Amino acid sequence: MATRRQFIRISAMGAGAVMAGAAGFRLLGSELTDGQKATAAVLATRTPTYCEVCFWKCAGWVWKDDEGNIKKITGNKEDQHSNGRFCPRGTGGPGMYYDEDRLKVPLIRVEERGKQVFREASWEEALDHVAGKMKEIIEKNGPESLALLNHGSGGKYFTDLMKSLGSENYAQPSFAQCRGPRDVGFSATFGENPGSPENTDIRDTRCLVLIGSHIGENMHNGQVQEMSDAIDKGATIITVDPRFSTAAGKSKYWLPIKPATDIALLLAWIHEIIYNDYYDKKYVEKYCYGFDELKEHVRSFTPEWAYGITTINPVVIRETAREMADASPAVIVHPGRHVTWYGDDTQRTRAVAILNALLGSWGRRGGFYRQEGKTVPSYPHPEYPKPQKSWREWYPGKYNLADLGVANVIIDASIPAPEKDAMIKGWLVSGTNLPLTVPNTAHTIEAMQNLDLLVVVDTMPMEITGWADVVLPECTYLERYDSLRDSPHRKPALALRVPAVEPKYDSKPAYWIARELAQRLGKGEYFHFEKPEELLDWQLKQMGSSLDEMQKAGVKTWDREVDDLYFGEGEDIAFWTNTSKIELYSTALENEGFNPLPVYTPHPEPPEGFYRLIYGRAPVHTFSRTSNNPNLFDLMDENTLWVNPRVAREWGLTAGQYIHLKNQDGIETDFPIKVRITERIRWDSVYMVHGFGHADKKLTRTYGRGANDTKLITSVMMDPVMGGTGMRGNFVTFITDLERKEVTS
Amino acid sequence: MRYAMAVDTKKCVGCSDCVVACQTENDVPIGYCRDWVVETMDGTYPQLEVELRSERCNHCANSPCVRCCPTGASHFEEGGIVLVTHNKCIGCGACIASCPYDARYPHPKGYVDKCTFCHHRVKEGMKPACVAVCPTKCMYFGDLEDPNSDVSVILKKRKSKTLIPEAGTQPQLYFLI
Repeated sequence: MATRRQFIRISAMGAGAVMAGAAGFRLLGSELTDGQKATAAVLATRTPTYCEVCFWKCAGWVWKDDEGNIKKITGNKEDQHSNGRFCPRGTGGPGMYYDEDRLKVPLIRVEERGKQVFREASWEEALDHVAGKMKEIIEKNGPESLALLNHGSGGKYFTDLMKSLGSENYAQPSFAQCRGPRDVGFSATFGENPGSPENTDIRDTRCLVLIGSHIGENMHNGQVQEMSDAIDKGATIITVDPRFSTAAGKSKYWLPIKPATDIALLLAWIHEIIYNDYYDKKYVEKYCYGFDELKEHVRSFTPEWAYGITTINPVVIRETAREMADASPAVIVHPGRHVTWYGDDTQRTRAVAILNALLGSWGRRGGFYRQEGKTVPSYPHPEYPKPQKSWREWYPGKYNLADLGVANVIIDASIPAPEKDAMIKGWLVSGTNLPLTVPNTAHTIEAMQNLDLLVVVDTMPMEITGWADVVLPECTYLERYDSLRDSPHRKPALALRVPAVEPKYDSKPAYWIARELAQRLGKGEYFHFEKPEELLDWQLKQMGSSLDEMQKAGVKTWDREVDDLYFGEGEDIAFWTNTSKIELYSTALENEGFNPLPVYTPHPEPPEGFYRLIYGRAPVHTFSRTSNNPNLFDLMDENTLWVNPRVAREWGLTAGQYIHLKNQDGIETDFPIKVRITERIRWDSVYMVHGFGHADKKLTRTYGRGANDTKLITSVMMDPVMGGTGMRGNFVTFITDLERKEVTS
Repeated sequence: MRYAMAVDTKKCVGCSDCVVACQTENDVPIGYCRDWVVETMDGTYPQLEVELRSERCNHCANSPCVRCCPTGASHFEEGGIVLVTHNKCIGCGACIASCPYDARYPHPKGYVDKCTFCHHRVKEGMKPACVAVCPTKCMYFGDLEDPNSDVSVILKKRKSKTLIPEAGTQPQLYFLI
């Protein structure tokens, strides 16, 4: 939170030190008189981009001054993701380019992993080295022993590289560490998942139910905008959260639920909606499968039953069920996004999906709309070689419903098991900082230590680079072309990213890196075009546009062709499930041996003197990726630990005090975290924003600031359906004597 | 003409986008800001109320900062926008002390700086950068003397408050409640 006091404190602390961090900014300064020379009115050049500071990928314009310096980034009004308004992170995007801590040249390790001793290398040498090692691994163990872990736009090209080599071991932590359970739970129910951006029709909803989803603190731009529209139109917001989130502050009902009991609440709502005949009978009869089984299943799950589990007053459970029914079908029980909590997450998101189905909101105005997108053609290339084995065989028969790669299984498969050698011998890691992303850091490190090759492509010296054999400096999104953004939305649309400036330092775009490696590995034929813009122009011309047209517009939107935004009255629809119906009773889960209907299972509770560790998002940061960005660091430079005043009194904690945390397995924070005493959190939990506590000194701004929640997440509750890593079953206690901690660590 | 701004506390999520958009628009050096976000909370768990609001210079009609400026650097522009002419400012800080809203800061280049309502944009018919960027569209800007301006319309429709009205400065930054 950027408060006045905080800024005054920062400037008093020594503007010099802070200013030094902004060397890239040319201050317009003293020659100016009033009104500043400014920028918007006179900045002449703008180039189109879509943002890479988070996964929402808003399309916008990069503005430069006469000397070609990037000054600001604003939204593109034609863009459905942003509607011309960027979020704070996107607005702070220039900081990603100007950050002087960026990776500047290729690096090759000269000492053991974990020790940060590298030598600088030319691209030629670094790429030859990487390709040579990859060849060795392929010859010895086959291409299937190579894996890619990635996030962001660059990952596409490295995925193509993996496919061309004959490996299907590619995964993004955004699946099994984030939204995977939701995608699988919704697919099991509706035959498709909410996608990204989600198909939530928030702007027209009359009732928005948020379960642990903190819109407004997560800056999922379109959703934040539409929630605001919904508030204007008088929609009812119901927020279920152990923390009084920003969204809770906008809500008619805040249900301060006991953590880990959400399924009980959802089942009670389903019970209320069925047994009070609140559900959409026509819709359920026409589209749904397994209503009778569901009705029988939830017979005993009354609000009174849920009260004892969730601590939510039955009167409130009834009232809120009624609110949803009154708004039906313009009601959204939000699918959430980061949903890997307690290991039964696919089942919980199934309960969410079922609730939406009963309320008839899927495919309806104010509920969930039908997305439509453009299919970008691939340039013809030889068929990819068929992999002989994949990560799926590491745990035979498990996680069959995971429709994307499971990062943690790839990590597991990189460690030799008692009865078998490791399957994976080499990793390419692009744009994801695994030590602050995947829980159980020690396990990830063990896997990395077992590798024959670890190559990291990134823009910043993230912790992961410290474990790499070779570090390849990628240029930022402001310095490169990338694939067309083709995410489906209300209308099909494409967005273009072009370089606003030349790559700084000796950094290179991911396309170039992937192509150079492919050529060295004899796979150049899969990367036909020397330059990505040639491919873009070819693709755009296939679709009746051109690079020229897109350079001017940034975004192109088409009318829908396939179907309407919402289901028509009485429209016959075949859903992509086994029964072609919306499956209240999931045959897909049943076939895999899982419960076809969600059940509530109790989860471990904090031991005496411990508190459940809850983590979340701040509107100004994305994961652990942005905390060193000079613009965004300026807005929030550390995370704080939210502690209820009752707990603070018991422990004698004072506001602003720095403490260490220790989890149930004795794992302690590397750096102390500042205490924020607030009524906004339950007394059985503590909360922090994820992504701080960086331990790499090369991140000069953010190093040592705040606590790293991922390090404290050593107890992982596996989702048996799709391999997700449930991370909310960890408990922490306080170490208030900082000196003692320093002696013991 | 009387420029004013209204901020809807029911919609503001306190994301600080207004802060960073102002910084990049106006070359505000890192470590400083012309606008900022305030969070207030009332109640005890679980009966709570939180108000979030984006604050900045109130462009007061009766401005102590303009009155106390010894050089005339602080002055009114058309529409009541309070501006500081940088090369007339000697950085004495009298205006900083006189402002009840703590809206001014000493720029490292030696002058006092503050929100201009993005005067350079407004005179081109654009909205201030903070208003233009806000994802929640919680800010309304315009001419209070024009009954059809965004700000006039919303202030007629909704209940509002100003901050520290007792200071008597006639602030022109309104908060919808």
